[in-house]
Amino acid sequence: MNKKRAFDVTTLPGFTFIAILSFVLLYAPIATLVIYSFNGGNSVNQWGGFSLQWYVVAFNNQAVQDATVRSLIIALWASVISTTVAMMAALGTTRRGRFKGQTAIYMIINQPLMVPEIVTAVALLIFFSSVKIATGYTGLGYLILAHSAFCVPFAYLPIKARLEGMDTSMETAAADLYATPWQTFRYVTLPLLLPGVIAGAMLAFIISLDNVIITEFVKSAGQDTLPTYMLGQLRRALTPEVNAISTALLALTVLILIAFVFLTKKRE
Amino acid sequence: MNTPIAVDARNIGKIYATGKDAVTALGDVSISIEKGEFFTLLGPSGCGKTTLLRCIAGFETPTSGSIHLSGRDITYIPPNQRPVNTVFQSYALFPHLSVAQNVGFGLKMLGKPAGDVAKAVARVLALVKLEDFADRLPQQLSGGQQQRVALARALAPEPEVLLLDEPLSALDLKLRKEMQSELKRLQTETGITFVFVTHDQEEALTMSNRIGVMSQGELLQVGTPHDIYEHPVNRFVADFIGETNFLEGVVEGHQVRIGTGDALDVVLDGQVGAVTLAIRPEQVSLTTAGAGIAAQIAETTYLGTDTHYDLKLGDGSHIIARVQSKSAGTFNVGDTVSIAIDAKAVQVLKS
Amino acid sequence: MKGNGAQRSKGANGWLLSAPALVLLVFAASGPLLIVAVYSVLEKGDYSGVRWILSGDGWFRVLFERDIFDQTVSFADANLSIFWRSVKLSIATTLITFAFGLPTAWFIATRPAKSRAFWLFLITIPFWTNLLIRTFAIMEVIRNEGILNTALINAGLISEPIQILYTDTAVLIGMAYVYLPLMVLPLYAAIDRFDFRLIEAGYDLYASRLQVLRGVILPIIKPGIIAGSILVFIPSLGAYVTPRVLGGGKNMMIGNFIELQFGQGQNWPLGAALSTLLLLVVLVSLLVYTRVSSRDTPHE
Repeated sequence: MNKKRAFDVTTLPGFTFIAILSFVLLYAPIATLVIYSFNGGNSVNQWGGFSLQWYVVAFNNQAVQDATVRSLIIALWASVISTTVAMMAALGTTRRGRFKGQTAIYMIINQPLMVPEIVTAVALLIFFSSVKIATGYTGLGYLILAHSAFCVPFAYLPIKARLEGMDTSMETAAADLYATPWQTFRYVTLPLLLPGVIAGAMLAFIISLDNVIITEFVKSAGQDTLPTYMLGQLRRALTPEVNAISTALLALTVLILIAFVFLTKKRE
Repeated sequence: MNTPIAVDARNIGKIYATGKDAVTALGDVSISIEKGEFFTLLGPSGCGKTTLLRCIAGFETPTSGSIHLSGRDITYIPPNQRPVNTVFQSYALFPHLSVAQNVGFGLKMLGKPAGDVAKAVARVLALVKLEDFADRLPQQLSGGQQQRVALARALAPEPEVLLLDEPLSALDLKLRKEMQSELKRLQTETGITFVFVTHDQEEALTMSNRIGVMSQGELLQVGTPHDIYEHPVNRFVADFIGETNFLEGVVEGHQVRIGTGDALDVVLDGQVGAVTLAIRPEQVSLTTAGAGIAAQIAETTYLGTDTHYDLKLGDGSHIIARVQSKSAGTFNVGDTVSIAIDAKAVQVLKS
Repeated sequence: MKGNGAQRSKGANGWLLSAPALVLLVFAASGPLLIVAVYSVLEKGDYSGVRWILSGDGWFRVLFERDIFDQTVSFADANLSIFWRSVKLSIATTLITFAFGLPTAWFIATRPAKSRAFWLFLITIPFWTNLLIRTFAIMEVIRNEGILNTALINAGLISEPIQILYTDTAVLIGMAYVYLPLMVLPLYAAIDRFDFRLIEAGYDLYASRLQVLRGVILPIIKPGIIAGSILVFIPSLGAYVTPRVLGGGKNMMIGNFIELQFGQGQNWPLGAALSTLLLLVVLVSLLVYTRVSSRDTPHE
């Protein structure tokens, strides 16, 4: 009598409740962080009205400025390098049928996804510290190199997915219409692949921008990126300034993700 | 005899993979296609016709044999260096380029000046009546329009040979009929050699100057539509092209005695022993009684202008007759009739 | 012969095009891993680094310690408790994320096609958000003056803030929070392919809801469950940021312990041995995973 609701086979008791709870639990802490970044008070513990003061503080902080610039330089280089080599590898591993050693290539490319980051970080620390001694060079190159390598699988996956969804008849048609292999790539394959390439570059950019552990181990003195700067700040007290930086980074990530969703959706 | 040859394929063989998995796509195919002709490769799917086409285009390299284009050996020349263009079954239009850019693609790749490309594009688009669609993207066009773009794109570089890989198979019947006459017109206007691949025998018969019938990687017969239809060389060709009755029999003098015990007058060309007679249904005429093979009407199917009769012969075998409806209509299921067949209409095939 | 040549050039082209990526990865990711293995069997340097003398001391110290005075060998209790904490917390994290992740993935997969992308996007945002930021966010919530304690005190439920931060519980909450999306995504992928008519068949054959869940749903989505568990367990075991921020230095996990050896501890061979060990454990679990999942995949 009280069972007026239709019996729905897709619902299981309590599942919807736990699911909604999961979403709330996922977003509540982030929301707190974001809200407190606009705190007008001087302490993290008390709400003192809406204010952008901590953003101003962060913006005027020379260390934050330097770390931001460093983070962006590394992320830009890492995304360009990793996307370029990932695109070449994707072209080499998808459009010409199976060949010997393909599995080995997949394994090496996806290696950063399998090995715990702390282990890679330790390995790079050991390796680069001897290179630093041997060459005397202590610039950003090590971080760019390490980030580029780490970002390759993230750039590779969307490009590979796009290539696998692309008909090889396009390249056949181009060859039929007198295009040399290079012209075929330049005028047909690359334009069609571009959304995948941009998507891959965006993911690589985010991954590089967010990286903490490898950066922490590889960086030389005075080479803090935003995440390692924030981690360093934590040794002292939690400041609303860190909240402000986090919120700014979060906003950037969400923006890139939205662009990514639109890019990968188009033309499908 | 002195018509110049456009495509000369000599002893083409194509075997995929090696060892146990080897698949023979083409056995040993030799074919000469004349300049300016509309040549059709006809056969069921998997018969090797598309493989042969791809060998001519350069997308496949034959395992054995050679291909010559206007006397030049092109067997190992890459596709982008062959003056041959293809209209693909899936059209394969570049989705990121406009109609005009698609059509001009080949000429641009050849390094032609932009002005010349634009002129050629305009001319070819006019030829396929798509002048107003130059700036559209392919996905904004209907299937029939995409088909025309694919045609225009392949025609624009003025290839020596145009290859068409079942280009009409994706169109509905009405559009297909339109495109058939359109293709024929374009071929006549441009004078380009067309090599057309299809599994549709009716399409082949209406459009071609000559047809090559293929089966299981072999070329069975090459000839005009009339040759192929009226004088098929074997049972496969006879069966594949149009509807055919087959009767087994044995040669006796100038006649062939069939299973019912009746002897049919035929035109023999030296055949002896067991033979198969191929008879088109429209060549079978029926009378109420008289001399000829006795049969009983098992089923009638009214088809508008024609009526189909399924006739049961004395030995239990069946034969189909197609008779114009207005001249018939007098027979019903169960009627006993007499069959007459013109001796010249009977094809005698080796069993 | 020609076919073979084409085959070979296909492979050659594939390798050639992949070469830049491979060189980069071997140089700045895979190759150095071998150096770690080598360092684990060398002698400790005076301050940092190593001396190029073969030594089992690094591996020895993973489990044992030698008394400074009488050289007696005993188990290194501190190390053991760190290993135990790492394993314990990783397993607990996996279980908690599964308990929350399964209903969440189920919920997303049963939404109408249009809103499904939206719910999925809601899971993807935290997934791509900086791990450090998410850890900070949890810290904001659970610290003594954070909103959780403040809310509980204001509600009169407690009078003194509960000390959660810098405990194992904090690390557990943090890891469950940051790794939840890693559980949801593979579960979602498995449920998304699930044929819901099978549930109807289950009910049709008199199964209760629980019986349907246990007898029909869970066995079919098992590959997704295994994938999600591996994806959560492996990074949990190697976690570094979350225990460092929320555990506050005392409640170390293997990742922090490794870092210590390259920082204040100054025992690179021990750190290298620990890293190699962690890598081996992870590779073995990946191997088990591929075995199990390839066995479970229905043959099509």
